[in-house]
Amino acid sequence: MNAQPALLSVQDLRIVFDGRRGPLTALDGVSFEIAPGEILGVVGESGAGKSLTGTAVIGLLDPPGRLAGGEIKLSGQRIDNLPAEAMRKLRGRRIGAIFQDPLTSLHPLLTVGEQLVETITTHLPVSKAEARKRALDLLKEVGIPAAETRIDHYPHQFSGGMRQRVVIALALCAEPTLIIADEPTTALDVSIQAQITTLLRRLCREHGTAIMLVTHDMGVIAETADRVAVMYAGRVVEIGPVEEVTRRPHHPYTAGLMASIPSVHRRNAHLNQIDGAMPRLNAIPTGCAFNPRCGFASDLCRQTKPGLPVSGHAAACHFPLQEAAHG
Amino acid sequence: MAEANTILEVTSASCRFDVSAPALSRLFSHEPRRVLRAVENVSFSVQRGTTFSIVGESGCGKSTLARMVVGLQRPTQGMLDFKDIKRADGSFGPPRVQMIFQDPYASLNPRWRVGDIIAEPIRELKLRKDESETATRVGDLLEIVGLSRADANRFPHEFSGGQRQRISIARALATEADFLVCDEPTSALDVSVQAQILNLMVRLQKEFGLTYLFISHNLSVVRHMSDHLAIMYLGRFVESGPAEEVFGRPRHPYTRLLLDTIPDVEKPNRQRRPMSGEVPSPIAPPPGCAFHPRCSQAVERCRTEAPALRHEGELEIACHLA
Repeated sequence: MNAQPALLSVQDLRIVFDGRRGPLTALDGVSFEIAPGEILGVVGESGAGKSLTGTAVIGLLDPPGRLAGGEIKLSGQRIDNLPAEAMRKLRGRRIGAIFQDPLTSLHPLLTVGEQLVETITTHLPVSKAEARKRALDLLKEVGIPAAETRIDHYPHQFSGGMRQRVVIALALCAEPTLIIADEPTTALDVSIQAQITTLLRRLCREHGTAIMLVTHDMGVIAETADRVAVMYAGRVVEIGPVEEVTRRPHHPYTAGLMASIPSVHRRNAHLNQIDGAMPRLNAIPTGCAFNPRCGFASDLCRQTKPGLPVSGHAAACHFPLQEAAHG
Repeated sequence: MAEANTILEVTSASCRFDVSAPALSRLFSHEPRRVLRAVENVSFSVQRGTTFSIVGESGCGKSTLARMVVGLQRPTQGMLDFKDIKRADGSFGPPRVQMIFQDPYASLNPRWRVGDIIAEPIRELKLRKDESETATRVGDLLEIVGLSRADANRFPHEFSGGQRQRISIARALATEADFLVCDEPTSALDVSVQAQILNLMVRLQKEFGLTYLFISHNLSVVRHMSDHLAIMYLGRFVESGPAEEVFGRPRHPYTRLLLDTIPDVEKPNRQRRPMSGEVPSPIAPPPGCAFHPRCSQAVERCRTEAPALRHEGELEIACHLA
């Protein structure tokens, strides 16, 4: 099977929100693995459950959401049932997090140096002076020019792209083995976006850090990730190497999604569109969740929920698109 | 002959904002006045029934330019001239201009029913003679944008982002608009919904002969929509021309940078050229060509002398070297 043992393994994860009108299943049997040093992209539209998956992995799931089944293992150790205090130690030390908006993830009244030093001394047994030296190294590593002076600046003195670099430096403080990056480039301009994804890839290569990259932007995934998991209505519908999934999607939803992205290379008269919208959590159809919008749906799709086979490139579909369908 | 079809002519339009500190603090701290040049000496014309796009990163002045075109912002210099046209309803005069905003959650009044939101411009401009005709028109508009007549009685919160953007489009069309200024109309939407809205916009353009001024930072969306486009950097046009030519053979280094850095699903795991630098502040733009600190080809002349826009066929370009 996999050459390397998985660093993060998520098996059959179920998250339920208990509402007044009964429980809503937000994640329904999500399974995937991330190998050390690998970037797994998790892509999907708003409400597909991609951010929720990341939140569950770092143990920041808030009530009324709760884990209703499945398990999350980090290097073979179960982390989903850890007590809050143990999880808090693990977070930051072994799992780092990068969120979408770099301004709200930084403390506005502390200099970036103070924030970095605080994080480093919390997780690592080092003195203040050593921590500051490490903070400076980290800022240089993430590409902040004139780091010696910038370390004493406040977050508002940085631009958006530079702030996101500081957030990445914060996530790297304790040399975590896994980083959860939730839409890390969405708030940034394209030319800055490219700088950040290049940085993430470099860190991944040089430190062997695994990254779970959550985004709605298929382009970012295609250029950054090694493998991709496509989510729809709380389920993983397709998973596989990026090149395979983007070039030869097996699931009709992935295929529709890929075809609806306008190309920068040519002008098409008409964009492919998937009619309808993703179902709400209280109205997920039986069988395959995508069946009402799928052109290939049969009775089988309306009755039986397709499983996700375990293989290199897999789709949760009763009738996966064949090679022939792509010419 | 193309001239006869011009709907909007913008001549050397500039928009500057005074962002100085209050006079007294300036006096104490000996600070000079500070002026933000949001849009600087921009000229272009838009042909009827076509789409003119303006592309650029945040802070380049594209939204200020859009606001100037709809009249929400006065140019501090220069002129915007709407030509008289024969309108869709047969009358003669300047085109009716409407705007579609980026955020469909903020641009619709949450306390109004959708029917009232769309009817407001009709009532305000007295385009129909009574309420029953207005209601019919609202129903027609909802069907035109792909919603149902019954949706008029619902509230905005009952709709998804894509459906709300359809409501915004219906409201814009309610005035019998000829010219729509669309400020990032799809950037808050998911890709599959974005495709639905872009298809709708293309269909409406063909059906009603609409003219679009399309503002976006997303080059693939711009490629899909535009006949002409202009690339903006720090308030100025750096390159403009027919979309096919600009995309087919980008000349300005900034255009090439943008095309180089957009994430591309068709080229997975592409190794890209690392590009350093960020957009400088429009309050203190660099001397010479504003792009020179990020340009790999910059020479001494770029650091001192601002390049003027040069015509090359239908293209216009502001670069000493291209």
